[in-house]
Amino acid sequence: MEDHLITKRHVAGIALIAAAAISLSACSSGTSNAGSTSTISKAKASTATSAADFGGMKGLVAAANAEGQLNVITLPPSWANYGKIIAGFEKKYPKIKINSANPNGSSADEVSAANSLKGQSTAPDVFDIGTAVLDQNLSLVAPYKVSNWADIPADFKDADGKWYYDYTGLMSVGYDSTKITTPPTSLTDLLGSDYKGKVAIKGDPTQANEAASAVYLAALQNGGSADNIQPGIDFFASLKKAGNFLKVLPTQATVNSGETPVVLQWSYNNLAWGPAGGTSGTNPNWKTVVLPGTALGSYYNQAINVGAPDPAAARLWEEYIYSPEVQNLYLASGAYPATLAAMTKNGTVDAATLKTVGAAPANFVQLTADQATAAAKLLSTKWAAAIK
Amino acid sequence: MTAAVTTAPATTTRGAGKTSRRRSAVWLGLTPFAIYVLLFLAIPAVLAVGSGFFSSAGAFTFANFSALADPVITGDLVATIVLSLVTAVIGAIIGAIICFALLGTRPDGWLRTTIDSASSVLAQFGGVMLAFAFVATIGQQGFITTWLVSTFGWTDNPFVIFDNNGPLLYQVIGLTIPYLYFQIPLMVIVFMPAMEGLKATWGEANATLGGTRFTYWTRIAFPILAPAFFGSVILLFANAFSSYATAAALISQGGILPLDIKSSLTSETVIGRANQAGVLALAMVVVMIVVMVVYSALDKRASRWRS
Repeated sequence: MEDHLITKRHVAGIALIAAAAISLSACSSGTSNAGSTSTISKAKASTATSAADFGGMKGLVAAANAEGQLNVITLPPSWANYGKIIAGFEKKYPKIKINSANPNGSSADEVSAANSLKGQSTAPDVFDIGTAVLDQNLSLVAPYKVSNWADIPADFKDADGKWYYDYTGLMSVGYDSTKITTPPTSLTDLLGSDYKGKVAIKGDPTQANEAASAVYLAALQNGGSADNIQPGIDFFASLKKAGNFLKVLPTQATVNSGETPVVLQWSYNNLAWGPAGGTSGTNPNWKTVVLPGTALGSYYNQAINVGAPDPAAARLWEEYIYSPEVQNLYLASGAYPATLAAMTKNGTVDAATLKTVGAAPANFVQLTADQATAAAKLLSTKWAAAIK
Repeated sequence: MTAAVTTAPATTTRGAGKTSRRRSAVWLGLTPFAIYVLLFLAIPAVLAVGSGFFSSAGAFTFANFSALADPVITGDLVATIVLSLVTAVIGAIIGAIICFALLGTRPDGWLRTTIDSASSVLAQFGGVMLAFAFVATIGQQGFITTWLVSTFGWTDNPFVIFDNNGPLLYQVIGLTIPYLYFQIPLMVIVFMPAMEGLKATWGEANATLGGTRFTYWTRIAFPILAPAFFGSVILLFANAFSSYATAAALISQGGILPLDIKSSLTSETVIGRANQAGVLALAMVVVMIVVMVVYSALDKRASRWRS
């Protein structure tokens, strides 16, 4: 059976990686200093904390070109416009090839890839990582400050430059307007008989942050708070009792076929799967609603792998990510970029896009790392029973 | 490898030069497979199970075993065993009946060869492809589901709502349907050779001695086939027990042990439980060992019958 025996497959992978790591770690450390002909050495690039360490952007681009590749991980093309962002980078820097690994993986997969591929040329260079996972792995990231560091609000970044917010969405309800004719105005609407067997979330909340965020939103909308998510679990228990909860994992394909008519997920994903995502492979009837009441968001973080095999390209990627063109690409997907306030002020924001997406919410709740840990603990004991 | 080195001189001292050469040739032939098994089965299995005995910081601990006291995990373990057992037994019975029916056809006839080769293909048809094939058939928008609704007006059929819990296909109990899809053909492949081994002369001997068809099956065929049958059931059980991708594509909320292993390895909300996966893997290994022990006991009984 090709797919069975996952345990064996996993462990086979580990053995392979272990064997490869032993044989490769020696040669990679030997060759890493060899490529330092015209630009600064790899070891120096690995400790660079700003473009100035390369002698300015020109030096950074030259060093990155010499490396010739960039390894990104867990960036699905339909997520927050990453398809266009990656293509844009390759167009802007044609000498650098992007290797995109495991697009549908989780933040935890990023960490395990960085650990298991340590010292190899295929290890991830940069992370787009959830706060809870990052918080446990701060030793894995290298400090770096992009040129427009000041445009990132102070509470959106680590003072040393180890991590920095990139974008957030808002938890939203996506629905197929051919099956749900009256748009939902509150989460309570989802308990009605129109929604029988129709409501899905993005995975198991004890596993996926996006699914857990759906529970957090339900908590906020039902009298709970970031410190008390029990009402959210209770909401899904009643959703399950009403026979409305759908246990399959929604994907763009299930949304297109009508298999998952209602999905709670980040606004940028709901938008990308509807007409805003373009005409091919999307569902033209897919609508997105951010419900009134307390909204829930969650910034993802950019960070550079401390053992990045392409340290200069990794730093160039961060400069690129925080350039107004890419921040506008995030915005076009419905994700609010970290430098939005600064861009609005200095006029680099794409005004037309901002108008379509709507202004950033004045305030939304975001769980702190501690709150997320406490919430996850509650989920791991209560969730399975709630939806049994 | 070390065995190959030590056995060769041992046999030469016995003075049988010819056998030793042949024996070392046998060892040489086995070596690639032995290395393969060592690298891709033995070492990884030890590493995986071993990880269960360490904390995420790398210190030796038994703390991960608390996972086995978690009612969610134990519930999933029971569900996995029941699911595997049910699909193994049903698959084995239906598969055996198909084999029995095939006995009546010519061994080199088109019907038997077609079913034979179809079974070989279908037994390997698993994973995400199989899951999507069933989504397209009996998912909410599957063609059978929509046909039941449009032709009979049966809107609340089990493929839409089952047990007030969404479509049957997306529940653990619903996994029996796609699982049987590969279990039955697998049974046909592994059990057919045993059925073909039944000699016509045994039936004739039974008839000449005044036996009926019933006594033939109960006194002759079943005792002979029993070890093969139970062996096949074990194979089917292991096949379902370790199945992962089909379930992962259909059920997002966990419910069977392989999905829990994935969850503890990759969770981005409940952090730092990666080593728990080793304990869960160990639990699966233990279950398989118990099943194998039961099988060998059964086989012993069966062989007493045969003698």
